[in-house]
Amino acid sequence: MIDIKQVYKTFNKGKPNQVDAVNGIDIHIGTGEFVVIIGSNGSGKTTLLNLVAGSVTPTAGTVSIDDNDVTDLADYRRSQWIARVFQNPLSGTASDLSILDNFRLAAIRTKPKGLSIGVNDHFKKEVKEKIATLGMGLEKKIEQPMGTLSGGQRQALTLLMSIMDSCQVLLLDEPTAALDPRSADVVMKTADKLIKDFKLTAILITHNLKDAYNYGNRIIQMGEGIILKDIDTAKKASLKQNDLFDWFG
Amino acid sequence: MDFYLTALLQGLCFSGIALGVYISMKIFNIPDITTDGSYTLGGVVTAISLIHHQPGYIVLPAVIILGAVAGALTGIIHTKLKINALLAGILVMYALRSVNLILMGRPNLPLNSITSLFDIINIFSNPNQNTFCILIVFVIIITLLIGYLLKTDFGIAMRATGNSESMIRSLGVNTDRMKIIGLAIANALTATSGYLITQFQGFADINMGIGIVIVGLGSVIIAEAIINWLKITSVWLSLVLMLTGAIIFQFVLAITLDIGVNPNLLMLVTAVFVLLIVSLPRLSFKKSL
Repeated sequence: MIDIKQVYKTFNKGKPNQVDAVNGIDIHIGTGEFVVIIGSNGSGKTTLLNLVAGSVTPTAGTVSIDDNDVTDLADYRRSQWIARVFQNPLSGTASDLSILDNFRLAAIRTKPKGLSIGVNDHFKKEVKEKIATLGMGLEKKIEQPMGTLSGGQRQALTLLMSIMDSCQVLLLDEPTAALDPRSADVVMKTADKLIKDFKLTAILITHNLKDAYNYGNRIIQMGEGIILKDIDTAKKASLKQNDLFDWFG
Repeated sequence: MDFYLTALLQGLCFSGIALGVYISMKIFNIPDITTDGSYTLGGVVTAISLIHHQPGYIVLPAVIILGAVAGALTGIIHTKLKINALLAGILVMYALRSVNLILMGRPNLPLNSITSLFDIINIFSNPNQNTFCILIVFVIIITLLIGYLLKTDFGIAMRATGNSESMIRSLGVNTDRMKIIGLAIANALTATSGYLITQFQGFADINMGIGIVIVGLGSVIIAEAIINWLKITSVWLSLVLMLTGAIIFQFVLAITLDIGVNPNLLMLVTAVFVLLIVSLPRLSFKKSL
């Protein structure tokens, strides 16, 4: 599904504050794989995710999604495959817009946004049913502005929004970093369920080693912009949670 | 009485600016100063076309298109050349001053005894009442168009652009393109205010746009105060409040002149009034702490 070949990314090239964020990475991520990326701050995890999403274009190398070379494709054009959940709950949703309007945009992620009114009774019913599956009681509040909800509720809704339209790749950039432990748990369980139910290819960046151990079927550890460890499904089964902590020792 | 009727009519003429500034400032979060130039451009184009006896179905579209071009230029400079929106607007506004002067050939163009939009109906003996009817119809049409636009899928995407750029890009919207279109719409609306005012006052003037952005800002800020106070979320109601804001603003100016304040002080009074409206919610917030 995702192929990253010999990708390099250097910020501020040639200046004193030059940063070599990604230093030659090769990864193949198969359809339906749920990859967890861990690594200390500055290891290049987020840059790698942004290279897949298209918010950052590589200095060298190629990125392909579903056998399409997307190296020079802008982020908003990659939305036909990719849905994203950001670290900051404010980034993934529009605060001043109602929950309903947010979902409307998500429902036409892969389509052009035209001059017809798409929010009708049928659509409202569909959104209510979808939101009810979260069990948070938010289906009664769909006319409220998104800004009136808590960070955890917004992240859960962002996840749900990602499957409103056809989605093949889900990118999760520390989705629970800004949340309390209980909301974080709800968000991770929702993500895991959606990834399994909709057979999504997913990349999760996290600093929570417990989540890295519990979720996903492949772990990649990054450091200094390269891949340090790549543990596949078979090897992950024999991995103990403490092993992960030892990697950072 | 007629004094306040004139204020009401002027307020209605300025509804285009109020809606335009609402779109650029509230929806896109862009402080757009192109307003001063595109308003004058609208007025200048109206005056020239009317003097050359162009029919109404050419004048208004020409005004709208040229206003949109001015806004799109600011948008392109801001998004493609990555120049601060404020500076981009100032540059276009500044350049438009020359354009307007060259178009008119002189600084002032009167529309003596030329049939304008406001002469098309003659129901009442008082010409101001006829003007009022025409303006009401005109304003209702623009408001319905903009309200509908904001309710469509495209409009939702527009509203989301100023709100969360990362989100709307990840949902497949080209935010640069969206901002250019948004500024084009905002300045097209502003230009229609120039179109109305020129016909209302009977002349176009190179200086008519100086500081006009404050009329839009004032209207939007008055409306915002009411919106926050009443916790309004409806798009339609917000638009109606913007129009109300434009009218209230003109009434405040009319009252100021009526109580005998020196007209030279008008701009100072206006600035203080806008400052008051902006700071009132903050002042009352402090007290509640």
